[in-house]
Amino acid sequence: MRKHTLSVTVENKPGVLTRVTTLFRRRGYNIDSLTVGASENPSISRITIVVEGDERVIEQVIKQLYKLVDVIKIIDLTAERAVERELVLIKVKADNNVRAEIVQIVDIFRARIVDIGRETLIIECTGDTGKIDAIEESLKPFGIVELVRTGKIAIIRGSK
Amino acid sequence: MKLKGAEILIRCLKGEGVDTVFGYPGGAVLPIYDVLYDSDLRHILTRHEQGAAHAADGYARATGKVGVCIATSGPGATNLVTGIATAYMDSIPMVCFTGQVGTAVIGRDAFQEADITGITLPITKHNYLVEKTEDVARIVKEAFYIARSNRPGPVVVDLPKDVMEREIDYQAPEEEISIRGYRVMKGYNSGQVIAAVESILKAERPVIYAGGGVIASEAAEELRELAEKRKIPVTTTLMGMGAFPGNNYLSLGMLGMHGTRYANYAIGESDLLIAIGVRFDDRVTAKVDTFAPHARVIHIDIDAAEIGKNVEVDVPIVGQVKEVLQAINKRLDSVDKFTDWHKTIDRWKEEFPLRYGNSAEGRIMPQNVIEKIYSLTQGDAIICTEVGQNQMWAAQYYQYKHPRSFLSSGGLGTMGYGFPAAIGAKIARPELPVIDIAGDGSIQMNIQELGTAVQYKLPVIICILNNEYLGMVRQWQGLFYGGRYSFTDMSHQPDFVKLAEAYGAIGIRVKNEDDVEGALQQALQVNDRPVVIDFWVDREADVYPMVPPGSSLFNMLGGD
Repeated sequence: MRKHTLSVTVENKPGVLTRVTTLFRRRGYNIDSLTVGASENPSISRITIVVEGDERVIEQVIKQLYKLVDVIKIIDLTAERAVERELVLIKVKADNNVRAEIVQIVDIFRARIVDIGRETLIIECTGDTGKIDAIEESLKPFGIVELVRTGKIAIIRGSK
Repeated sequence: MKLKGAEILIRCLKGEGVDTVFGYPGGAVLPIYDVLYDSDLRHILTRHEQGAAHAADGYARATGKVGVCIATSGPGATNLVTGIATAYMDSIPMVCFTGQVGTAVIGRDAFQEADITGITLPITKHNYLVEKTEDVARIVKEAFYIARSNRPGPVVVDLPKDVMEREIDYQAPEEEISIRGYRVMKGYNSGQVIAAVESILKAERPVIYAGGGVIASEAAEELRELAEKRKIPVTTTLMGMGAFPGNNYLSLGMLGMHGTRYANYAIGESDLLIAIGVRFDDRVTAKVDTFAPHARVIHIDIDAAEIGKNVEVDVPIVGQVKEVLQAINKRLDSVDKFTDWHKTIDRWKEEFPLRYGNSAEGRIMPQNVIEKIYSLTQGDAIICTEVGQNQMWAAQYYQYKHPRSFLSSGGLGTMGYGFPAAIGAKIARPELPVIDIAGDGSIQMNIQELGTAVQYKLPVIICILNNEYLGMVRQWQGLFYGGRYSFTDMSHQPDFVKLAEAYGAIGIRVKNEDDVEGALQQALQVNDRPVVIDFWVDREADVYPMVPPGSSLFNMLGGD
């Protein structure tokens, strides 16, 4: 079982995301994360889906997605050289005793503090999934109050 | 030219070659019905929207053309759902138009509002909510194009009332259709065709397993050429009945759960399985990991997603079945030798023919009714079925000779399908006898369509195999649930003869085997109204042979 990142270009029309997610639900494929947003062409949106499964499942996912009339192209980025990024916002408990330590961790990860409260800090960090997992792990001991991850977006390197 | 949305719709339907639509009016489709009022497009008023959907489906299956139905918003649209799902599972080209509340009130829970595009998302090939009158012509064109091309399927077009009312300057849509995410499949991988040919030349025990894709692709001739050239035995799925003549020496009949023993044995022993326009459904493969255990598998299908979905394939070929078979046939010479393989199959045929006993109660054996229908029509009829035992007997005991002569809900297994489908088929092919083989349970699911058949003077024959049970469920309760017949006794039922007469149809009751043929002959003479024949059949007759659920295909019960 391996995680695959699929970059799916779709028509920028209402209901297209529902078509994609309905397909995943109906066929029982597991979505790890899904992001959707604009692309370089206003009539096309790009959905990035991280899905787990063996080769046969991934092949089925791709073939079934292609059957949706509004799906234009699918690239399996797992096999490509791609830049992958995720964004996380972490609200962490931070009283005066530990603030300095947290700031140090933030520096190491080249993350940013975007809000300072009396008891908490909000930290913003971008990076690949591994880095996001790592900062989450490092901050856990201080007490994570709330956390939100965007899910992965990705793009192929070079001119392809 | 100034035209209303509804006028554009009807104009576009005619442009697509539509001659008949099946429908039921209502509030949201009033603008459409107002245009139909003086249009020369034939509209068949059913008695329930489900009937309209199945009739459009039957029309499509009988002709290969796109079936069209219309229903109003809300309950009208939701009543189509079973019909749409039926067509989707069997890849039947259909375009269903639904009314919708005005665009200004969509999403506000208006009277008779239902989110039909949302509801039908997983059971349509594609669907549309038309937001502007300007889009009507383009969307109708796309809908028909998508419904009929590649692997066919139903398309829903949801039409808000104001979009139909509004008048615009009409311009005919462009001829070229361009949909970025949808291309019509052309050609095939010729390397794979050569690989298939090599496998066929090497095979000693080949079997063709043919399905609905052969019929959808109009490839029955090509299939016959392949089988006869290389003397390859052919078994068909339920959806493939008629794709290969049932009376051909090479025919093995149907395979699967209620297939013939010789078809299932042949699959089990085969060293090459040529799967054509099929999807390796669980009712066909039985326990999937023991399906065709010794065979190399060639799989030809238009839908790439079907390749490798349920079974690993050695030689996949994605393409139009007809084109691919032509390419394969071109590379094959004829042989006329019959081999040990044919002898083995002949032995199985002799040892395990389809057979049935006598009725302990002295009632009619249901299989006998089907055999009589065959002997009187000789395959030159359209047989529709409901679902359950009636459907399986109809598949087993009638020899289908032509594509589009057997209409049955194979994938979804919809009770209540057969009669309205027969209405659609009779309208499409008035020159052929159209016979619905029904059970006493199924027929009651859409019996209201007697009103439709009488109104339009359609001489459809309904043969009720009346065992006063939901027979297939009773059969499973008998075999696997200790004979606890939970809610399958249907002996509390109407007098079907009187019911037929109340509608203005002809009703005949047959209690003796000797009267079966006479009743059928009488019914076949009628040309101006439907005939209901209530055959009182053996209550406990079961469908055999049978592969019990979870078993391998060659471990069959009964018929030995």
